[in-house]
Amino acid sequence: MLVDRYGPAMLRVARGFVRSQAVAEEVVQEAWLGVLKGLDRFEERASLKTWIFRILTNVAKTRGEREGRSVPFSSLATDADGEQAVDPERFFPPGHASAGAWAAPPRPWEDVPEDRLLSQETQAAVARAIEELPEAQQTVITLRDVQGWAPEEVCNVLGITETNQRVLLHRARSKVRRALEQYLEG
Amino acid sequence: MARPLICRELVELVTQYLEGELPRRDRKRFDAHIADCDGCRAYLDQMRRTIRLTGLLTEEQIPERAKAELLQVFRDWKTA
Repeated sequence: MLVDRYGPAMLRVARGFVRSQAVAEEVVQEAWLGVLKGLDRFEERASLKTWIFRILTNVAKTRGEREGRSVPFSSLATDADGEQAVDPERFFPPGHASAGAWAAPPRPWEDVPEDRLLSQETQAAVARAIEELPEAQQTVITLRDVQGWAPEEVCNVLGITETNQRVLLHRARSKVRRALEQYLEG
Repeated sequence: MARPLICRELVELVTQYLEGELPRRDRKRFDAHIADCDGCRAYLDQMRRTIRLTGLLTEEQIPERAKAELLQVFRDWKTA
């Protein structure tokens, strides 16, 4: 059923535009109604998925604007604003003979037993790390790495540039890795 | 070849590398660095595993209540 297939991603996307889960649910409902009403105008040249999500983001944006909420995806994430993938302390400091090389290198996870890596607890740690990300990063990593969307799809649906999409994904993945490292080695 | 990458720079390029979006020249610098840096090789491997583990998550389904409401909206629309 389409509702099951796209529902979670629709909620996730809507969540990025409006204030609360309850409003996001309303947005999803309204979007489905829009889909039903527009079904006879749907041209098969477009993919059904793209079309559904276009309707969704339109509804979500309108709702978000009415709430006076600035769209999180419009706040440009640039490489310039200084978020680091890895704690700078783990590299030798400037001035050191090996400046910028690992002082505390990551340990290979090949040594971590497979059943630990794939355990419920590890998965829960990943899920927790994602929940703690800023909304925009959460949305991008969920669509890309959980739902398996292509980068272009994410850009289209969220209305962000390729660079922005990649920066958000990079930050999100880097933080999840960090959380996993803490979990597995802590 | 251009100046070699240092570890601290490499970790910021990992996503571009994995997305296949690194320009050829930088890709070569990346590969050259990885070839003899155990730390960065481990880092890249951790990133790959992180992505794979994230892919194992299943998104929370829509709450039953919300789904029931939605189906009601569909029914109302049909009969309207």
